[in-house]
Amino acid sequence: MNLRQKIGAAWRLLFGESARAFGTLSVVLLALLAIVPAKDHFREWLRYQKQYLGLVRGRSDATSLTRRFQGGLQQTWLPALDVVDRCTTCHAALKEATLIDVKQQPFRPHPAIPHNLTEFGCVICHRGQGAATSVEEAHRSTKSWEEPILPARYMEASCGQCHLDRLTGTPLLNQGRRTLAQYGCVRCHVIRTPDGIAMTGADDPPSLEHIAEKTSREWIAAWLKNPQAYAGSATMPNFQLPDEDIRDISAFLIAQSTPYLKGGSPVPVPTAAPDDAAAVQQGASLYGESFCASCHATQNAAGTLVGGTLGPELTRVGSKVKPAWLAEWLRDPKTYDPETAMPHYRLDAKQLGLLMGFLESKTDSDFLGSAHPDAPTKPQIEHGQKLVIERGCAACHEINGIKRPDDFAPELTLVGSRPLAKILFAPGVPHTLADYIGAKIRQPRSFGNSLKMPQYTLAPQQVDALETALLAQTERAQTLPASLRVVAQGPSNYRAAGKAGQLMDDMRCLSCHAINGRGGVMAPELTWEGSSVQRTWLVNFLKNPNTLRPALIRRMPKFYMTDAEANTLADYIATVYQTPDFDRDGPDAAHAGSSDVEHGKELFYGKYACQSCHIVDPDKDKGYIGPTLTQAGVRLNAAWVFHWLKNAQSLRPGTLELVWKMSDDDARAITAFLMAQKAAPPKGGPQK
Amino acid sequence: MSRTWLSIVATVALTSACARRPAGPAEPQPKAFGAAVVSVSGEKQAAGVGAQLDQPVVVQVNDAKGTAVAGALVRFTGAGGVGFQPDHGLTGADGQFTTNVGLGSASGWYRIVATTQDSTGKAAEVQIDEVALGYQERLGQKLNEIHCIRCHDSESTAERVSNHDNLEAKPHAFTDGAILNPMSDAALIAMIGHGGAALNKSAEMPPYANTLTRVEIEALVAYLRAVADPPYRPQGIFYASN
Repeated sequence: MNLRQKIGAAWRLLFGESARAFGTLSVVLLALLAIVPAKDHFREWLRYQKQYLGLVRGRSDATSLTRRFQGGLQQTWLPALDVVDRCTTCHAALKEATLIDVKQQPFRPHPAIPHNLTEFGCVICHRGQGAATSVEEAHRSTKSWEEPILPARYMEASCGQCHLDRLTGTPLLNQGRRTLAQYGCVRCHVIRTPDGIAMTGADDPPSLEHIAEKTSREWIAAWLKNPQAYAGSATMPNFQLPDEDIRDISAFLIAQSTPYLKGGSPVPVPTAAPDDAAAVQQGASLYGESFCASCHATQNAAGTLVGGTLGPELTRVGSKVKPAWLAEWLRDPKTYDPETAMPHYRLDAKQLGLLMGFLESKTDSDFLGSAHPDAPTKPQIEHGQKLVIERGCAACHEINGIKRPDDFAPELTLVGSRPLAKILFAPGVPHTLADYIGAKIRQPRSFGNSLKMPQYTLAPQQVDALETALLAQTERAQTLPASLRVVAQGPSNYRAAGKAGQLMDDMRCLSCHAINGRGGVMAPELTWEGSSVQRTWLVNFLKNPNTLRPALIRRMPKFYMTDAEANTLADYIATVYQTPDFDRDGPDAAHAGSSDVEHGKELFYGKYACQSCHIVDPDKDKGYIGPTLTQAGVRLNAAWVFHWLKNAQSLRPGTLELVWKMSDDDARAITAFLMAQKAAPPKGGPQK
Repeated sequence: MSRTWLSIVATVALTSACARRPAGPAEPQPKAFGAAVVSVSGEKQAAGVGAQLDQPVVVQVNDAKGTAVAGALVRFTGAGGVGFQPDHGLTGADGQFTTNVGLGSASGWYRIVATTQDSTGKAAEVQIDEVALGYQERLGQKLNEIHCIRCHDSESTAERVSNHDNLEAKPHAFTDGAILNPMSDAALIAMIGHGGAALNKSAEMPPYANTLTRVEIEALVAYLRAVADPPYRPQGIFYASN
């Protein structure tokens, strides 16, 4: 029997007569019809829903859990947010707080967050493919969907799509955005937040237009070789330049430098520092008394960095700066850098010499080495200039004859949505966006030696923070309704007026204090300071700032200002910086008879236990957190104290003082008690 | 004849199966063996879910006399998506091995185990616990750093002087599960909101109800529950019928 006969026989068997054909077709049709219900029956999510019902069956609140459970495909549809999420089909228990002990996915309840799940859906925060109904398609990147679930460690990136301000609950995102600004990332890469505003740098890269006045070619070369060898805290990255390039760049930078003092210093400054050990010791004391360490850090004998981060680290400053430059800088930093954050100390010639001697003694012979480059040739200088342009040095630093390059590096506004298909991964890097960004930040040159991005020195946590901030830069952030956006309050352009304004600018008060929405965060906000303190006290404090808070680490420097200067400032502060909410001097609920003092004392030590944080009686009280109040009666205004006890946050937002909302009677009594505290100010200078 | 062929085929198949195992990075061979492994630092840290712990975890391998052993093989394991960089290696000259730990993506306690073997192949291990914080707990952690830690933490740091010793009634550390676990959420919220005096405790604990919002106070409670040691176990819900 050949094949043809076999087929013929089978045909006759199945379709030989009409009844047979009808039967066969019916069976085939039935089988075809069964495919869909069968596929339906074996769907992944049905299995999870059955599992969920099995999971809750044994629990004490099974009845209510089962009643709240909705079978079938579930969907959150939010057209305004472009959200179609079916995640709740399997994640059935997101809102069931009683299942807190369940650790098995997909049945864990959602942890507490400030948003309602039904208002925002899932993918806005978690990413992934919301409309998918299989585990693979919803969570991982597939051929048709490139956006997998966002790993939990970068979760704060999702908050950053709408929240452009600093949320207390997103420390990593805040740190990342701060790092982008402080490490100069935004000087080469344009990064626009969803409100269209480009991020700006918070670092202060120095101008190099007069660099030859400040330092030597040897120092520039050693610094370019490895900035972190000079100062571990330096934010300048390592460009990994070959020695010839360093030779040529340093030659060019010295060659382009111009003098900054037209006709010498306006006042004579010491040209050399006394170099005996006793003078260095005196200089060290002056450095301490002037509280230079509030802004500048130095390494101590144990190698730990001690001091503030507002100014550059000074551990090896003696190997860097030239004596003439240092003297003029200490005399008035604005002559060299009009934009500096450093205040103008009123140091006399002797003090200048002592400080110079101390700073110049902070040398490190290992850092400079013994290399003395030969005098540069013209081709070397020209090559150096070419390199400076190529490397984009002018994106951060002002350099004579070189324009700041625009769009030097790729814009990163949408980097959080970059399609994986357009990314070239370095070998060994897992194919996810987060891993790509992380690898780029950690080892930029692993993607190719010709890449310009330099090598940064960052801790693992800083890299995580940067990744979080960059992953917040998504396309979705641009398309979400603008009404959801919480915009950051940028700094105001406030400047104090008149002669006092000039003095405040000269002493750079706003480097540490904020006034009317502009200034630093290191020291107290001073917008209503005129309502707070008494003028006589203020004059004395400006001339000789004694420490109010025993546990304070960063302290107000002593500027050695004259009586006239202190009076001008005090007049201005007392007159202008007054709150409109109450009259400092007028009749006020705060003013009361002396009979209240004893009652106030009882309240202070009893009901309110203020001594937990404040000291009134130095022999008995120990509170370390708030300012010492032994002189409250000569320092503060009664009306201020009264309103402070009612609502301190409204007078100085962010203060550690609680909002007490005290009754008028209690507040009046405690005010009277505090205003009776008039201890003599401590003798001598500020305590160490 | 066919039996000879069969044995040859079997031998080739077996050896090739064995040869496949050491593929990938070469396993470090222990140069020495210890009898015990102990935790040195990095225990009981709290970090955000999925995040890497701020401080690395350091363990030390000791011999039977308690002397540090260099060159012993240490292996880290952990459930729930915990990652280690690196997850195994040899102890250094000081007998210590350091690894960076990344936590899993669910909040709660994570137990990681460091194992070493003695010369007979018997395993010695140490268990180390770490905490992963969700959004609410992380918010509580940050609020704690602003408002609470100066009194509730007796340790000072370079940037923060502790006020703990200046107080008459010594505040409890937030990790003090023995004291805080028996207190209900409502009692803790009342304590933070109304202060100690209102609850017959020391007035040195001030009332925060007007300073912090309800959400913030709840976040603080969530944080101290998360870091409580021994771990806090919620009571659950009681129904009349049960």
